[in-house]
Order: sequence, then C-alpha cells, then structure tokens
Amino acid sequence: MRALVILTLCWLAATMAALMLGSVPIDAGRILAAGLGFGSAGDQIVIWQIRLPRTLAASLVGAALGMSGAALQGLLRNPLAEPGVLGVSASAALAATTALYFGLTAAGPLVLPLAAIAGALAATFIVAAAALRTRSVVTLILIGVGLSSFSAALMALLMNFAPNPFSLADMVNWMLGTVANRSLNDLLMSAPFLIVGIVMLMASRSGLAALSLGEEAAQGLGLNLGRQRLIVILGAGLATGGAVALAGTIGFVGIVAPHLVRPFVRYDPARLLLPSAILAATMLVLADVAVRLLPTDAELKLGVLASLVGAPIFIWIAARRRGGS
Amino acid sequence: MTMLQADRLCYRAGDVPLVEDASFSLPSGGLTMLIGPNGSGKSTLLRLAMGLLRANSGHARLQGNDVSRLTPAERARRVAYLPQDRSLAWPQPVQDIVALGRFAHGGAPGRLTGADRSAVASAISDCGLTGFERRAVDTLSGGELARVHMARAIAAQTPLLIADEPIAALDPRYQHEVMQLFARLSGAGRTVLAVVHDLNLAALYADRLIWMRDGRIVADGPPMQTLTEERLREVFRVEGTVRTAGKTVQVDISGISS
Repeated sequence: MRALVILTLCWLAATMAALMLGSVPIDAGRILAAGLGFGSAGDQIVIWQIRLPRTLAASLVGAALGMSGAALQGLLRNPLAEPGVLGVSASAALAATTALYFGLTAAGPLVLPLAAIAGALAATFIVAAAALRTRSVVTLILIGVGLSSFSAALMALLMNFAPNPFSLADMVNWMLGTVANRSLNDLLMSAPFLIVGIVMLMASRSGLAALSLGEEAAQGLGLNLGRQRLIVILGAGLATGGAVALAGTIGFVGIVAPHLVRPFVRYDPARLLLPSAILAATMLVLADVAVRLLPTDAELKLGVLASLVGAPIFIWIAARRRGGS
Repeated sequence: MTMLQADRLCYRAGDVPLVEDASFSLPSGGLTMLIGPNGSGKSTLLRLAMGLLRANSGHARLQGNDVSRLTPAERARRVAYLPQDRSLAWPQPVQDIVALGRFAHGGAPGRLTGADRSAVASAISDCGLTGFERRAVDTLSGGELARVHMARAIAAQTPLLIADEPIAALDPRYQHEVMQLFARLSGAGRTVLAVVHDLNLAALYADRLIWMRDGRIVADGPPMQTLTEERLREVFRVEGTVRTAGKTVQVDISGISS
C-alpha cells in the first residue's frame, strides 16, 4: 500500500514536471491558471493542446504496457514476457501501418485503434496458442521474436512501397513510437480500449497469484484456467493495441517496470499489476520530458529512448536468470 | 459417507488408453495409497477422479456430487491437490505460498480473513515450518520446499487431500515425517489419497492400497492382503520377498522378473 502511495506521488510529480518543462518553461501557478481556464492564451494552448494530451498519452501508454507486461509475466510465469518481446506490439504496429498504407484511416477515427487492437489480439492469440503446446518459455520468446521480425519485415515492405513521403513519415512514426502531437481527441479514441484492457487485467490478478504454483496446481486451487488465459490475453491485447494506436511501438517498459516493483510486493504477481502500471506511466512521462529537453536537432522519439534504455536492462535480467526453462 | 466414488473411468490420449474402466470408492477418513509402475495411469486417474480431466466415459462423484458439475472453486473447497509439478515461479515468502491454499475460500496473500490466517498458521506449524514464514522459497532445501507445498495443500482444510508422489526426492526422515502427517490427518477424519513408490512406507502407513497396471486397477485392499510376492511380479515385474512384521509387511526386492 505504501509503495502504491509513493509511486502515485512520483507519477503526480512527473506529470507536473512534464507540464512545466519544455521549450517554454511554465511555472506551477501559470499551469494552475491555464488548467482552470485563466491565464494567457499561449499558456492555455501549450497546456491544453500540447503538454497535457502528451503527458496523459505517455501515462496511459505506460500504464497499459506496464500492466500488460506484469500480467503476461504472471500468466507465462516468466519475467521476460512482455508485449514487445512477444511480438504483440510489432503486430499491432503492422496492422496500424497497413491501415495507413491503404488509406483506411480516412474512413474514420476509430480505424487506426481498431486495426492496432486487431493486430495485438492476433499476436496474443498466436503466442497463447503456442503457450498451450510448449512448456518452454524460451520457445515462446523465440516465437515472439519471430513474430516481431516478420511484422518488421512486412512493415519494411510497406515502407518500401509507400505511395508518398507523407505516408512514409506516418509509418516511420508508428515504428519509432512517440506521443508528440497527440490531441485530446486522439486520446479519446484509444482510451476506452486501453481502460477496458486495464480493467480486465486487474480482474485477472488473483488468478495470476494462483499461477505462481504452476498451471496444474492452480487448477487444483480452483482456478478456471481457460477463463484466466482468455481474460489476460484479451486484456493485454486491448491494452497493448490501444497503446500502439496512441503512441506506436514502445518496447521494454513492460519488462523493466514490473522487474523493479517485484521485490516491493514480495514477488506476488497479483499485487504487482497496479504499481507496475503506475511506475511504467511515470517512467514514460519522464522519458517524454527527457526527449523534449535533449538538445537534439530533431526530437528523439520516445520509443527509441525506451529501447535504448530498456534493451540493456532486458539483457541484464535474462543473463541473471537461474535455470534454463 | 462416501468421500470419493469413481465409476468405470476411462481416458484416452488420442488412440492410447491411459486409464481403463477404473472404479474405486473412498469412504470418509483413511489413508489410501495408489501404487503402480511409472506410466501405469496413476496421475491420470487422480486427475479424472477429482475432475481436472474430463473422462471419456464413466464418472466420479465427490461427496455425492458429479465432479464435472462442480465449479472449480466448489471442487477446490472439497479436495486439495498436490501435483507432481511443484515448480514455483517467483521467490515469494513461505507464508504467501501457503496462503494460496486459501484461494478457493477467497483468500490470497495480503487478503486473508481471520479464518484464513488461522488455517495458514496451523498448516505452517503442522508441517514444521514455524520460523520459516518470511523465508523466500528459493532459499529452502528440497525437503523444506516439499513441506511448504504440503502446508499449502493442508491450509485449504478440505475433507479430501490428493497428493501425487509427495515424498519423491525426500530423504528418509522427511519421507516418514510426511507419512506421519498424513496418518495424523486421516486420524483426524480427513481422507488422504496419495501416489507413493516406496512399498515399505506404503505398507507401514496406508490403510489401503490401490494397485494399478497398464491403466487398470488390478487390486484394492489392505497392505496385508494385497502386498504379495505374486503381485510384485504382476504389477512391477520384479522378484521380491514379502514378510509379515508385526501389524505390517516388509518387502525386499531382489531383482527383475525374467
């Protein structure tokens, strides 16, 4: 409980910092005034149309990926499971870029999130079907790597034949992952899927605790294993698909956040979910502040920074694992 | 009252019959051991009898209720199950693993009622784990870990306990400790059904032995009646001598039957 309060305070502090910092620093008083509808028109535009949507998007995407990672790790009983590693994010991005390539997004604002979610669900089902056939998590992760590579190859193909430079730029944005230029409207399109996914994952948490003992013992404890798998897969698919629709692919946050939280919740997979979500949200908000403040010519993409930091941590966790299952 | 009734259970994996026409009945109380060679269908029979596997034909009743009609939670409040696979995914503290035994009662680590807490505490003390409550499970020896799993199953406080090879990989002292614990539980009115490979231990502690070979039950009765040299040949294809020793029988295996 204390960990939750501390993490929530950290997230609030990070959010405040994200609203204050940027090319034009704005102090807390002006943020409050702009938030309440007072203050200068410039402040109101920067807060309401640029920084707030961006910060909320980073928070929601972080929460969705952090919780999906924690839940998939509980379901597969492995700390290396995560939407990115299992190929779920790449499949969602492939579906989104396909929609962009064929101009389907012109049909309505829901096309992009729905495409991303369909891609995420398809990949989650493939991984889950593989999980039924093999006990080896290494095999599962290799299948995820294969799915990721195949999705990346298909995305490269689409980019290769991109009809014009604008759609190429759009697709590159999805692949690199960013919350820049998101509007409150974009948030409204993806948020329902993200939130339903998060609620489903939260509902699955006591079953994840039972799965600590292995699938057979968990069934013996009274867990409905089929239903548990379905809820986690649908929840992670919806949350990850929604996250990719909003921000493109952002990897590794779903591994790093649960890994850091685990010792503070006594390694309980059930109590891991919420703090992992809040920590991942905080991490992405801070990373987004960092990409804004870094003195680069073009803005560094959030997904690129997440991978630059996250991939070495993934290797470190993998190298420290005992046993070879 | 009958605790568990299995009627003509059959189960096939593809074309391979794993359990054929298996019937037995367990009254309330008593310590029954399921005996048979590797691959004779013991684990499958346990899963069929408690409804974790759906039988191709035949049915099983738990306290008079068809197991296929019980919800997973209803079933788990009647029978606690200790499977062979005892891998633990995370280095959780002992008390949290034992607390998972309360799952079917709505309890979970960090979310225990007074009744849950007292069941967990008494299971921890029954299994000699007092003082280990906060130890991470990855710091325990094999014997200590086996007792943690046992405590988890006992904490469920179910009338029936089913254990699949609970003493495999334990040293002789722990093997006897687990058996004595089973005997105490059955003495207190609980029904225990366990798969055991050590015939001398089975003969010493069990009230009754159910013998399996090639998916079928081939004998069922007290050790004194069913543990014979001929049965060793028939079920395990080994030669041995069986001697009466007080109220029990002792087995010496001398070799493989030709």
